[in-house]
Amino acid sequence: MIGYGVVLFHTTSSAIRAEKLLEREGYAVKLIPTPRELSSDCGIALRFDWSQQEQVRSSLDAAGVEIDSIHPL
Amino acid sequence: MIYLDNAATSWPKPPEVTNAMADALERAGGNPGRSGHRLSIAAAREIYEAREDIASLFHVSDPLRVIFTCNATHAINIALKGLLKPGDRVVTTAMEHNAVMRPLRSLERQGIHLTVVPCARDGSLDVNKMVKAVNSQTRLVVMIHASNVSGTILPVVEVAAIARQAGALLLADAAQTAGAVSIDMPAMGIDLLAFTGHKELQGPPGIGGLVIGNAVDVLQIEPLICGGTGSRSETEEQPGELPDKYEAGTPNLVGVAGLRAGVRWLRERGIESIENHMKELLKELLEGLSQIPQIKVYGTLDPEKSMGIVSFTAANKRVSEIGMRLDEEYGVLCRVGLHCAPAAHKTIGSFPEGMVRLSPGVFTTVEDIHTAIKAIEAVVRT
Repeated sequence: MIGYGVVLFHTTSSAIRAEKLLEREGYAVKLIPTPRELSSDCGIALRFDWSQQEQVRSSLDAAGVEIDSIHPL
Repeated sequence: MIYLDNAATSWPKPPEVTNAMADALERAGGNPGRSGHRLSIAAAREIYEAREDIASLFHVSDPLRVIFTCNATHAINIALKGLLKPGDRVVTTAMEHNAVMRPLRSLERQGIHLTVVPCARDGSLDVNKMVKAVNSQTRLVVMIHASNVSGTILPVVEVAAIARQAGALLLADAAQTAGAVSIDMPAMGIDLLAFTGHKELQGPPGIGGLVIGNAVDVLQIEPLICGGTGSRSETEEQPGELPDKYEAGTPNLVGVAGLRAGVRWLRERGIESIENHMKELLKELLEGLSQIPQIKVYGTLDPEKSMGIVSFTAANKRVSEIGMRLDEEYGVLCRVGLHCAPAAHKTIGSFPEGMVRLSPGVFTTVEDIHTAIKAIEAVVRT
């Protein structure tokens, strides 16, 4: 069973924006260093509970937060 | 000491600004977006929150369209040099600061076509002259929102409507107005807004910004500088995403934190109450100076049509002598000369001698103005 998922972003600003939005909506999220195997971006990624993948994706979509991709951790 | 040079930079700053700057270094001193540790993330959060505060100040819905720069000049250069190509037609006014005029003159040598619309001697702009100058060939209209020389407020809303009708973009230089008057970019029709942090926004020097309205396609605007952004590090090309496209290099975290504290301080006080305070000071200044026969005051002489800036000359004294004596003998600090705006001084008729400029700030009192008037009277009399 997969525990966590991670959202990758093109910019740090989008990552912070996503964190703020999802925290406000009550999701348990955490900004973490972007896993090296997923991207060569040197910034941060947003970890979330993989079981909430669909909700997280649609929340970010609805708010117009630009994301790169979503992966299981 | 009475500081009347707030149009150059506001002083003193609210203590909250100084505290926020020290706090940012202590609490959030990492490099935002470069690393994934807590100090880096704290710095990124601080900067993001500042973007939201600035976006909300100018009524822009997308905080990522707030680009942090060193100052308004830097922001204006991004917009002008990023947008304009040889052959493009640009319209501006005869009241501009060199922050606009110098990049435009430089671009003119590279083949843009520039029209400078004349203004009246009180610094005001006749909108009909703008109607004649702007046409379907115009790519951009760039104008100062209020003159740093005479304080005259220019009709940016009317000009924005003219630009829009012609299919041109409008860039406003809000160095003197951001924080001093309410600015609603979408409602006013401003496409691009350049601001500086260290004047009426009460922040420190070294931080400013370019706000890019939702209607502007950023593919049209090339970045002024390229470099590291912390994002898309696998590629040697500048990323296209906002705000990174225009923010290469480590940002001025401390400046951003100070600016954010300044904006929050303004919001708590209310821009409208500050505006009313400035109108009162301006009225006192104009009344006091009108009682001194040797002095000629320039501008509209109307607190409703002007920012808190008053410029004057004296029949019998050089402006440099007035400025020096006010400082040395009376502790009244002002700015004399051409204020980086030769075009505006030519319009007003004070080129090349220049003027004495008095610009009160949010902390200036009516009593300060009365004391300053007495000092000016004494200096021009003897």
